[in-house]
Amino acid sequence: MTPALSIDRLRVVYDDFIALKDVSLTVDKGESFGLVGESGSGKSTLLRAVAGLAPVTSGTIDVGAKRLGKTRDKEFYRQVQMVFQDPYGSLHPRQTVDRLLLEPLDIHGFADTEKRIQRALDEVGLGSGFRFRYSHQLSGGQRQRVAIARALILEPSVLLLDEPTSALDASVQAEVLNLLEQVRRDRNLTFVMVSHDLGVITHMCERLMVMQTGAEVERLEASDLASRNVTKDYTRNLLVASEGFVREP
Amino acid sequence: MNTLLHVDDLRVSFPTRTGVVEAVRGVSFSLGQERLGIVGESGSGKSQTGRAIMGLTPQQAEIRAKRLEFSGIDLLKASPAERRALRGNRVAMILQDPKYSLDPVMTIGRQILETLRTHEKIGKSEARERALDMLAAVQIRDPKRVYDLYPHEVSGGMGQRAMIAMMLIAGPELLIADEPTSALDVTVQLDILRILDRLVIDRGMGLIFISHDLRLVSTFCDRVIVMYAGKIVEELKASELSRAKHPYTQGLLNCMPKIGTSRHPLPVLDRQPEWLL
Repeated sequence: MTPALSIDRLRVVYDDFIALKDVSLTVDKGESFGLVGESGSGKSTLLRAVAGLAPVTSGTIDVGAKRLGKTRDKEFYRQVQMVFQDPYGSLHPRQTVDRLLLEPLDIHGFADTEKRIQRALDEVGLGSGFRFRYSHQLSGGQRQRVAIARALILEPSVLLLDEPTSALDASVQAEVLNLLEQVRRDRNLTFVMVSHDLGVITHMCERLMVMQTGAEVERLEASDLASRNVTKDYTRNLLVASEGFVREP
Repeated sequence: MNTLLHVDDLRVSFPTRTGVVEAVRGVSFSLGQERLGIVGESGSGKSQTGRAIMGLTPQQAEIRAKRLEFSGIDLLKASPAERRALRGNRVAMILQDPKYSLDPVMTIGRQILETLRTHEKIGKSEARERALDMLAAVQIRDPKRVYDLYPHEVSGGMGQRAMIAMMLIAGPELLIADEPTSALDVTVQLDILRILDRLVIDRGMGLIFISHDLRLVSTFCDRVIVMYAGKIVEELKASELSRAKHPYTQGLLNCMPKIGTSRHPLPVLDRQPEWLL
């Protein structure tokens, strides 16, 4: 079976700074893969490079059986969609939800837009009452649902999730994570998810990669984290830090 | 333990086009030389509580309280000048994101000096010495270099340390930290907490730690107040958080994904209308 996404020795360089150092990874169809690390670890850069938002200096990216070139075609942007961290910054402030959802459909020449917009809103649990609102009239969780609806409306096969819940309250985070799991099951989607929260990553992903300063530290199964079966100190430190503050005697 | 701060029945309301919105609805607590956590979701009124104590509530808002008193000073009756003298000097506040709350066109050193020289008569070179010492106290390795840097030239963790240095240079008795670590990486988060912790112990400062992160608050603070829709729903010892009684607190604790437990789907908060009463 061809993997949904395979990345080989991907390198991203900005001027003199190497943001991503020859990272390779393959994600199977329907799998959910996690990237963990602190700021500057290159986890978001990896996602952005796949989405065409960061310059690829060397290495290759294959989506399905297709190798990506310098410019991405329209089909790629239908297949691969991204959800960003900040729900306040990633929706157009002067467009209604309806308009936001219509735009990708228009670009890709979908017919029956009316029905699709309604279905997309239902799927993320918003309902038609939200259709003609502006994003400033929505809460953070509702905005993130709109962002997910916008990504799903093109029926993609791969979803790139860049910290999709880190700007949300814990209770809203649980709702959005449940929603993401639900749509992944229903549509057999492939997820690549970035988060700094180990709890979220082990909950959502089967396999994960720990990253630091643009390079891979180690690769783990979600169960390895639960059983503390990690080999690198860096990962161990992250695990300890995720449990909260410890007062030294 | 002497009590630094008394808050009794604090109410903050905002007039809007569609009527009055009550952000804080009758919050009461007192604070000594301890670490008090205030937890709640966005919109629970936790930040507005902190801002009311600090005197940073927007002008159109109305503040009422039976008692709002800091070390014998009635904050509601204090004149703007009196409050200004308190602010930054005896009561200080750390904000969430150093990217937005530091002055982008002023070097870090100058910003620290500004606080110091507003509140104390002090010579230039002595002030500089004090600022450098303070930067070293918040574990900035090369204070001389950082002193001359602009906020955009430092990392988030470093910026937050600089902000803490700025807030502590006048030696406040009460520090209000509003989500001081939410914009930072977990490991940096713990470094910052360790610095705050030491300062509370060494200086005998009172600390109000406002956060949405129950796990962090419960491991760091002595006492925790849980807020929902402008009210305190529960107050408990941080160490006894797992024995919380209110369903809201339990729900908040329960809905976080934890390493080592597999719950699909995650339990979500089932908000009850009676919590609003």
